[in-house]
Amino acid sequence: MPPGVGVVETQRAVVFDGDRPLTLDSGAQIPRVEVAYETYGRLNAERSNAVFICHALSGDAHAAGIHEGDDPDRPGWWDNIIGPGRPLDTDRFFVICANVLGGCSGTTGPSSPDPRTGGPYGLRFPLIQVRDLVTVHRALLAELGVERLLAAVGGSLGGMQVLQWTIDHPGEIDGALVIAASGRLSAQNIAFSAVAREAIMRDPDFNGGDYYDTGARPDRGLGLARMIGHITYLSEESMREKFGRRIQDAEMPRFGFDVDFQVESYLHYQGQSFVERFDANTYLYLGRVMDYFDPFRDPVKVQRRVEAGGTSYLVLSFDSDWRFSTAHSKEIAAELRLAGAPVTFREISSSHGHDSFLFAIPDYHETVSGFMDRLAGERDIG
Amino acid sequence: MRPDLDIVAAMVAPGSRVVDLGCGDGALLETLIREKGCEGLGIERDPDGFHACIARGVPVTQGDLEAELEEIEAGAFDVAILSLTLQAVRHPDRVLAGMKRIAPRQIVSLPNFGHWRLRAGLALRGRMPVTPILPYQWYDTPNIHLCTLNDFERLTDETGMEIERRVVLNGNGEAERGPAKLAPNLLAQGAVYALEG
Repeated sequence: MPPGVGVVETQRAVVFDGDRPLTLDSGAQIPRVEVAYETYGRLNAERSNAVFICHALSGDAHAAGIHEGDDPDRPGWWDNIIGPGRPLDTDRFFVICANVLGGCSGTTGPSSPDPRTGGPYGLRFPLIQVRDLVTVHRALLAELGVERLLAAVGGSLGGMQVLQWTIDHPGEIDGALVIAASGRLSAQNIAFSAVAREAIMRDPDFNGGDYYDTGARPDRGLGLARMIGHITYLSEESMREKFGRRIQDAEMPRFGFDVDFQVESYLHYQGQSFVERFDANTYLYLGRVMDYFDPFRDPVKVQRRVEAGGTSYLVLSFDSDWRFSTAHSKEIAAELRLAGAPVTFREISSSHGHDSFLFAIPDYHETVSGFMDRLAGERDIG
Repeated sequence: MRPDLDIVAAMVAPGSRVVDLGCGDGALLETLIREKGCEGLGIERDPDGFHACIARGVPVTQGDLEAELEEIEAGAFDVAILSLTLQAVRHPDRVLAGMKRIAPRQIVSLPNFGHWRLRAGLALRGRMPVTPILPYQWYDTPNIHLCTLNDFERLTDETGMEIERRVVLNGNGEAERGPAKLAPNLLAQGAVYALEG
């Protein structure tokens, strides 16, 4: 792969503060909101080439390139799609990625200090929705002087933000790329989400969400939640290919209750590495954000807004994804088409399950490139 | 654009909601969207055709048209188009019925296996015919359900469709003006039908 965007830095902006608190859709207020974000490429003179990346549950602002001193082989989480000559081509586009509201990687969330008490919010952080995440993205764009987007792109929870954005704020986005997302979680999705939440909340170290100053964090619960989540991100086929029934560090099974199979070892590693970088309360809040997501609840409103918006959509799914299967994406496409939107849909073949959207699958990237070229062509972006 | 597609385009009323089943590179839909203010959707299995549609800005679903057709809601479109594709589908009868279900107007074009050259090829040479409109060898062809115009018209009748208009085609896919109009099942290379049902 040719070189990417190189060394980048996470930047910060305070987008709500003082006289201008963030008022959530629920009416609750957050007095101060700081956003961590990164940008790649340059905003053109017409300000017509901005592309916003919405990240998924465990993502952050560091989508591409490397931070000073980092291992060059471990770039940002979506580096394979962002960079010169890549589908989100930074020679042509000004790419922005921000940590979401409620996150734990620089943007205000439950681990941030509550200005009213000085201590971390914990579960006193108000419940948020996808549309609140979008409100904060838009405030950041206003700060950056970007009034409209050539494209908004996101996988999973990221795609859900893109979808809500186009419905709530018609006319701001030329092209919406909604990848491996859902317009409405299924009972099975919500069930998995419930088990993950229980795992965290039943951890004795959870302490009602006030674990920041106790010296013990609910790592077992969060690790378990991540292990459950991770099973739903992979496909049966990819697990079989990767691990089969092989035994970890041995030829013969040890027969016991400790980790023995490779897949067990892998899940434990995923759980452990996750707790080092992620906050349990953020996991709870963003899990709930997804559970309650229902942008098509009012079809009349959706139709009015989609018609006014003029956004064209690219909806993509992956055949091995059973978390948000192709049926979820087809439902999104059908709802949008019913509302009169131009929607292009493709199911991509891949064995990587829900995580497929993070992989450089040729059919997938070619489709994204083609869609981006088309959007760029309509705005004369060379 | 292929001349037969011009004939199809002329049959579509401005502003219609149109689905093109097996839309290829999306040329017809692009014309309908740009010149007639239609809302369009293409279904195309071939990745090259799918990408060509994206490049034209034509909304498209990549997939098998027979499977996708089943998933489209009844009455979702004003016009359903199937151009030179009926002979390549697995269940032509179900596809016609499906088109009727999703749109009150249907436009279907097809090659005519009853054309005299095809009949002569089979009768005199005893070989499966190869012609400009049917250029494939029998063992390597997407066309698995060839029929004559008479066969097709009978199927439309059985499906409960009315033939509102028929334009007969010559070997270049252009409208025939000569004697083919009098005995199309023998003299036309193909036809475009505007149907209602």
